Amino acid sequence: MRKLCKIACFMQSISEALSLAVALVLRADPDLYEIVGLSLYVSITATVLACAFGLPLGALLATVRFPGRGAALVLVNALMGLPPVVVGLFVYLYLSRSGPLGFLGLLYTPTAMIIAQTLLITPIVAALSRQVLEDLDSEYAEQFRSFAISGWQRIQALVWDGRYALLTVALAGFGRAVAEVGAVIIVGGNIDHLTRVMTTAIALETSKGELALALALGIVLMTLALIVNAMVYSVRATATRAAYA
Amino acid sequence: MRDLYGYLDADVASGLSAQGLHYASGGKDLIKDLSLVLPDSGVHCLMGPNGAGKSLTLRLLHGLLTGQTGTLTWRGTVVSAKEQAAQAMVFQKPVLLRRSVAANVDFVLKSRRAADPIFRDALLKRVGLEGRNGQPARLLSGGEQQRLALARALAIKPRVLFLDEPTASLDPASARVIEDILIEERENGTLVVLVTHDIGQAQRLSDSVAFVADGRVVEHRTTDAFFHTPTSQEARAYLSNFMIL
Repeated sequence: MRKLCKIACFMQSISEALSLAVALVLRADPDLYEIVGLSLYVSITATVLACAFGLPLGALLATVRFPGRGAALVLVNALMGLPPVVVGLFVYLYLSRSGPLGFLGLLYTPTAMIIAQTLLITPIVAALSRQVLEDLDSEYAEQFRSFAISGWQRIQALVWDGRYALLTVALAGFGRAVAEVGAVIIVGGNIDHLTRVMTTAIALETSKGELALALALGIVLMTLALIVNAMVYSVRATATRAAYA
Repeated sequence: MRDLYGYLDADVASGLSAQGLHYASGGKDLIKDLSLVLPDSGVHCLMGPNGAGKSLTLRLLHGLLTGQTGTLTWRGTVVSAKEQAAQAMVFQKPVLLRRSVAANVDFVLKSRRAADPIFRDALLKRVGLEGRNGQPARLLSGGEQQRLALARALAIKPRVLFLDEPTASLDPASARVIEDILIEERENGTLVVLVTHDIGQAQRLSDSVAFVADGRVVEHRTTDAFFHTPTSQEARAYLSNFMIL
């Protein structure tokens, strides 16, 4: 009987959360949109920056043989599993007032959150793009050598032909960034109307016992994750249909 | 350069010459002291049983692989990077870029700073792919893909064209298109080096046949002489499988 009651309470919470989520979205709740907007701004900017650093690094690792490349690959792969709180702590130490970059006054700003997320997902973008480009390079290598295509021309061709797979890599990086909480809560501080994003708001509302609002934000976050995955699927399906994957 | 096998009985200053090529991999000697002299034009076949080293020989002649010993010369001088860039190769399994038919040819033309849509369309027409410019290259049939690979190779107007069993899995019509183009190339003064198992094709197309067995050229003679009076035991044994003798 008690078990049934627990299940009923749980279902009621879910139902309330869903109603609240729909209500918040439908009435264009400014707080919700502010939180979602900041989440998207921080994560999209971090993804763009991570691609700007990670894709060239991935291309370099995929196409250039140099002493220590094996160690570099191990390092980049290991960094894919960086604990977000460690990244947060690292960025915090650098940006805190007594840190080497403290004079910039970036701690507890969206910029600090962008830096933390960029550091977190750059290794993901680099490692995954390295794999994509290396697979492509091994397929094209003989043909490119036959046509005396090397250097920049080769990298350009690999990046262009791997564009759909690389877009998937970028979306995977974005997915990781937007769902991240540990690093942004340390360097952002979860300040209302300034650095509060979906994940940190969920953590705060849960700690306050506001489960319905936390669940509502969770539903919005899940919907975003679903949209990103649908985009990944759509991109891959389009590429496969045209035999460009 | 001396042709050891009697196909060219005079010293040859013009043409492709390999002397004493040796290539080992994985602790195994795969090509052993291989020597071959070819004139600077005509169609010349490499024949031999599976695993004899024909494809490796082709790659060594083209410079895709570098032997541990031996020299490779073109018209009496060591083959330079510039000379290698004037050669092209068509592989048994065509390696096409993840792009449209036209973009595959354009890529090679642009790599030589010679983009020319009229020339590209003429090439595509020559291989029977006119009007297919926008089609994804990898959605073409096997025969069409091979013809596109040939068009791409011809785009650089090669002085030497290497082909590794280009018609191995093609229907007779596609094979005929490729054979016709090879005949045209011979008339244009291109040196065509063709690996084939197809005795009929070798008899139709080639001026000479070099027989490769166990990593060596054991016989190199005019096509008629090779098929009517092979001198090496290996070639006789090979041809007896086809009841030529």
